Amino acid sequence: MNQTDISKNYQEKAKAAIDKTAALGDDIDITKFTSDNANHAYQEDPSQLDAEAKKHMLDAGIMLDDPSQRSGTYIQMDNTPIHSSVTQDGVEVMPVSQAMEKYDWLSDYWWNAVAVDQDKYTANIELNQYDGYFIRALPGQKTVFPVQACLYLAKDKLVQNVHNIIIAEENSEMHIITGCTTASQEESGLHLGVSEFYIKKGAKVTFTMIHSWSPETAVRPRSGVIIEEDGLFMSNYVLMKPVNSLQMNPLARCIGKNATARFNSILVTGAGSSLDVGSRVILDAEGSRTEIISRAITTGGYITARGYIEGNAPGVKGHLECRGLILGEKGGIHAIPELKGNLAGIDLSHEAAVGKIAEEEVEYLMARGLTRDEATATIVRGFLRVDIEGLPPLLADELKRAVEASEKEVM
Amino acid sequence: MLKIKNLSVAVEDKEIIHNVNLTIKNGETHVLFGPNGAGKSTLLMAIMGFPKYRVTGGSITFKGKDITHLSVDERARMGIGISFQRPPVVRGVTTRDMMAACLQERGNGDKIIELAAKADLNDFLERDINYGFSGGEIKRSELMQLLAQKPELTLLDEPESGVDLVNIVLIGELMNDLLEKNCPILQRKCMGLIITHTGHILDYVNARTGYVMFDGTIGCVGDPHEMLATIREKGYEECINCYLGRVPWHESD
Repeated sequence: MNQTDISKNYQEKAKAAIDKTAALGDDIDITKFTSDNANHAYQEDPSQLDAEAKKHMLDAGIMLDDPSQRSGTYIQMDNTPIHSSVTQDGVEVMPVSQAMEKYDWLSDYWWNAVAVDQDKYTANIELNQYDGYFIRALPGQKTVFPVQACLYLAKDKLVQNVHNIIIAEENSEMHIITGCTTASQEESGLHLGVSEFYIKKGAKVTFTMIHSWSPETAVRPRSGVIIEEDGLFMSNYVLMKPVNSLQMNPLARCIGKNATARFNSILVTGAGSSLDVGSRVILDAEGSRTEIISRAITTGGYITARGYIEGNAPGVKGHLECRGLILGEKGGIHAIPELKGNLAGIDLSHEAAVGKIAEEEVEYLMARGLTRDEATATIVRGFLRVDIEGLPPLLADELKRAVEASEKEVM
Repeated sequence: MLKIKNLSVAVEDKEIIHNVNLTIKNGETHVLFGPNGAGKSTLLMAIMGFPKYRVTGGSITFKGKDITHLSVDERARMGIGISFQRPPVVRGVTTRDMMAACLQERGNGDKIIELAAKADLNDFLERDINYGFSGGEIKRSELMQLLAQKPELTLLDEPESGVDLVNIVLIGELMNDLLEKNCPILQRKCMGLIITHTGHILDYVNARTGYVMFDGTIGCVGDPHEMLATIREKGYEECINCYLGRVPWHESD
């Protein structure tokens, strides 16, 4: 099939799926949002963006005033890429539309880790394709500073369609921070994002996603990850501020021997919010491993925290940990850990716990002189502390900052 | 000074302690003996002020102030500290976090390291508090936290239980520090109230007053070493028989 036929094929599949309700999450009426793109000018120097936008971006981990702290930057405002640059050799960052023109082979990666007809949201992205980011680490290249990508919703009632491709070539190492945020806390919007990750043999990617949406935003990310032999994909997700509705359930497939996938999610939400967030890992190759850790706190909203591990090869190992804390009288958490083993000699386990803070723990800290509020805050901080192995200090600090900010939201 | 007057305490509507009187002067350490279920732990928990232990009568005065209705944290900040017998695991809260909470303004990271070295718990500072700790490690950790908290009144519930012979020496040393054993008597300010079953701990602390508790009341008051000898020889029964029917001297004033 030539390029035109491939593209036509995707369009047809998308058209067939345009009304297909997603398997999980509240059904969002896409027609309530506008697809009319607002024009935003290209910014050669992103530090010249207006102060308020920069502040929102900084809250989501995007640093524009000190380029030396990042090896590359991509910014998309609504549906327009307004900046892309690299400051280090060995990494490529550009709008995916530009990358498609530059590399013929990129079509092999297009709708390969995520199905175009998964649901109406993926279909909508294909049919209203604007742009997204292309981030690639070249073979054997190890970047010290993270690449940052910002997806920014500026226009009210807009549907933001994003399609991202991330490729870590053989034996490369790359850290990515994606910050998603909005210009206003009052405006509504719909963010639809497809991200397809390809982790080649021996490559390592840490992907840290910080969501700082408004309470009126609906969010439907669709991510797929393919990990080859000895590859490592580590996802760290922090939901800092309550959103109206968020549903995502990324799928990682370990297809090469000893491939590893790790997902850490920190979800903090309040009244009026509905989250359905999970991570799925399929261990298809011998010796592949995974760890899924999720921490959820609600002060009034409803959270479904999912995890799914499937073992299909000898010697695979997986562990799933879902812990939820309900603060306050209202709100709920539904933890759904699932394990599926399809042969002998696999090692899959899970632990899940949902509840309120144990009074015994609060009193223990109070007996050391902390007030009830201080004791509760210390326990919440501890609950949200997820020790992430192998995270470079810079990234660990930024993640800590994001978690501390989410703590403030909840306390 | 700690002064407990006619104290009665109930747990879930059942009165466990009846009309207990007890006074600990500055610099003194007192010891509580008694069979299981006598109400010893309940008395300690009520002095610390845990809400589950409800005072139904009498009063607790500490440093001249009536603290009967103060909260746990208010009492802790006034200078009362307790070592828990079975403290909870608090996931995500490290031993270092607990030490920082105990120290407040009294020290920094260096102080934490110094105290951890003293308690032989350097490798535990980054671990979740009490998570996977052995019996001896829990006891040492509790005493280390109290050393950071520096209470004027220390309440210890069986500090030697579940501890091996090597650990007990170290625990004894930590208690000495806490209760200022090496300080001249007149300069000693810290007070202690210790529950013990085995009495091993008497080798390490300067306790001159002991009580036998039975069925929620305090019976015998006397030299703890003598009491321990009687209990060891004749059991609690004898002790109880000895005081039944007579008013202990400390309650007669």
